[in-house]
Amino acid sequence: MSAIILFMAVITVIVGWWLSQQRLTAKPWLEEGSIDDFPGTGAVTLPAAKIGLGVFLAVAGSLFALFISAYSMRMNMADWRTMPVPSLLWFNTGVLVLSSIALQWAHVAAHRNNMDGVIVGLCAGGASAVTFLIGQLLAWQQLRAAGYFVASNPANSFFYMMTAAHGLHLMGGLVALGRATARVWRGAEMAQVRLSVELCTIYWHFLLLVWLVLLGLLTGWTDDFVDICRRLLT
Amino acid sequence: MVDVPYDARADAPPAEVPEVELYHPRSWWTQYVFSQDAKVIAIQYSLTASAIGLVALVLSWLMRLQLGFPGTFSFIDASQYLQFITMHGMIMVIYLLTALFLGGFGNYLIPLMVGARDMVFPYVNMLSYWIYLLAVLVLASTFFVPGGPTGAGWTLYPPQAVLSGTPGQDWGIVLMLVSLILFIIGFTMGGLNYVVTVLQARTRGMTLMRMPLTVWGIFTATVMALLAFPALFVASVMMLFDRLLGTSFFMPALVEMGQQMKYGGGSPILFQHLFWFFGHPEVYIVALPAFGIVSDLISTHARKNIFGYRMMVWAIVGIGALSFVVWAHHMYVSGMHPKFGFFFATTTLIIAIPTAIKVYNWVLTLWRGDIHLTVPMLFALGFIITFVNGGLTGLFLGNVVVDVPLSDTMFVVAHFHMVMGVAPIMVVLGAIYHWYPKVTGRMLDDWMGKFHFWVTFLGAYLIFFPMHYIGLLGVPRRYHDIGDTSFIPASTHTLNAFITVMALIVGFAQMVFLFNLVWSLFKGRPSGGNPWRATTLEWQTPETPPGHGNWGKELPVVYRWAYDYSVPGAAEDFIPQNQPRATPALQGAAP
Repeated sequence: MSAIILFMAVITVIVGWWLSQQRLTAKPWLEEGSIDDFPGTGAVTLPAAKIGLGVFLAVAGSLFALFISAYSMRMNMADWRTMPVPSLLWFNTGVLVLSSIALQWAHVAAHRNNMDGVIVGLCAGGASAVTFLIGQLLAWQQLRAAGYFVASNPANSFFYMMTAAHGLHLMGGLVALGRATARVWRGAEMAQVRLSVELCTIYWHFLLLVWLVLLGLLTGWTDDFVDICRRLLT
Repeated sequence: MVDVPYDARADAPPAEVPEVELYHPRSWWTQYVFSQDAKVIAIQYSLTASAIGLVALVLSWLMRLQLGFPGTFSFIDASQYLQFITMHGMIMVIYLLTALFLGGFGNYLIPLMVGARDMVFPYVNMLSYWIYLLAVLVLASTFFVPGGPTGAGWTLYPPQAVLSGTPGQDWGIVLMLVSLILFIIGFTMGGLNYVVTVLQARTRGMTLMRMPLTVWGIFTATVMALLAFPALFVASVMMLFDRLLGTSFFMPALVEMGQQMKYGGGSPILFQHLFWFFGHPEVYIVALPAFGIVSDLISTHARKNIFGYRMMVWAIVGIGALSFVVWAHHMYVSGMHPKFGFFFATTTLIIAIPTAIKVYNWVLTLWRGDIHLTVPMLFALGFIITFVNGGLTGLFLGNVVVDVPLSDTMFVVAHFHMVMGVAPIMVVLGAIYHWYPKVTGRMLDDWMGKFHFWVTFLGAYLIFFPMHYIGLLGVPRRYHDIGDTSFIPASTHTLNAFITVMALIVGFAQMVFLFNLVWSLFKGRPSGGNPWRATTLEWQTPETPPGHGNWGKELPVVYRWAYDYSVPGAAEDFIPQNQPRATPALQGAAP
């Protein structure tokens, strides 16, 4: 459970930092009548959708941290046989990086009021994300053909389950991306476009980060790191 | 003392918060059924949760009939008994209490108490309810599928949950897991709303430290639930894989009916870790809203400011954080390393500190207060006593050496029913008596309310105190029939019959409550906008019940904390949060 504990510690630090800005030591019974006297203690001025995304990322992060926790506990059992990672995954990773870059491009373009750049960025990002998903399906296909079925070993089970969970999150992101693109197409005002594009970009970077961590785990790169953590804890 | 000078902006324009684009219902369907108004969604959540809760109540009667009079009711066999306990536990913990506190009270109270027009994502909020309803329907459907609902116990421990010896192995367990997954998806949608609304949609002047403790409780519980429910989600998905795809996440190598099963190498303990990483915070997900609500009930009905408001807030946050590092105290008998047990016993007992702070502060709020023994107050007092009782047996069970012999006995059942069954339900009932006038514009009948309280309160003690005792005698939980066991004296059977009779009586008292809810809707005394003379914003709405958008034209501005009761020199014994500070001249004129 070390991965999730680590994740919770990060969340605790963030929440603690935010709470420390909120004057939790104030004596509200003595502050009768005051309004706006303490800037920064009122409602958060960020758009609701952005805070909502932040909270959602914490939830999704917790989900993946738990998958990773389960993975690292299960891999110590005797029957674990590490699975070869299809080389297609490297291509997929590259495509997902491109997807993130394209959205970053759209984000920058939105800030420069460059509507064409936004559309190009969104479409390129969407197309490469779809390519990534197709690539993941092909990787599943290759593994199946090579005899690595979902139930033949826990390593395989985790591979299929975690890639599926990541893919489903990306598909959810594609729905949001599709709506943002449609909004740009219909000619929404720039502030609205900027927000939508920014939220998609943040989500994409998050999913890229999750994917890189998962990849490191599945290819065994992070084994040493996990080992060190385990030794520290036991 | 921070003395803030009189503010000339007292009648300043409100609404620094940008006006939200309110969704406007166009038809009867979008107003009452597919509504995006948090108040309607709250009522939908509450009614659905209560309906499925009634099913769980009936299941508890059936279990008690079997335990009290074994062999008398031939239609309850061992399999059905296990199915009843499983469904009773799962429904009560997740589909009733979690949904009612967060989906019901959260939806109704958060926007009103922080001075918002609605939740920030109304459409997502509506989806949240409909997915919850779907989860409830999937759960209820397991009663009608071949093999019936799962009988794995509410903890669904593998491997037995997946094996054919457990009832409901075909469909029951699959649908249970699907229903849980749906519930978590639906809850996440609602939870995002509750958190972001508190963060972003508070009205002008409503700093965090001016929020009523109800909002603090629900807010913190929601944050915890958002982080803890993924653990149940992961566990459910993995068990679904084991059951349907034949993977071995949790399933060890097994021989069933002489046949080697396809599973091998899995770890049931892994499931326990995941389950309790959700399961323990879940206790506080239910308890924190109860803590918050009860603080407001006590303060309002004792006409006194809450004692130690800051301490109360810190305790809520502290309990929320601590509750994530105690989960393995549910696993003392799983063969864990003794040092692990020591660590978790320590963290478990540390939680007693913030919890005890809260209890002291409630008692000190009551101290020399102008206590009105209204029905909400009675329930609040009932809660404090019950929570202390349940908490004390928690000290027993938190210690490894005491827990090991008591584990899996009725003592545990009695403990958690006191602390997270009866205690939160006391708050739910008190809160309904308290806020029903705001929701309907009518008071609940007082006489029926008092009858309901006394029967429920005394009855609950007559059920669960003897249950502690038979647990100490060694009567195991989850047993359909204890039969003639040498170490269990015959008097246990008499006691079991007594508990059953009390359970039936307490159950019927709830029918009086339901009758009261319906009767008062039509015949209750009109309440006016603020029948309890309370300070918090929900009682200051221009209309009762609050209209669409809650606040008429302008959002309220908050000038003070939520607990200005019996302020010396004030004209009335309460000052609403949105009342500006009186000018010095006026203050001088007051006697």
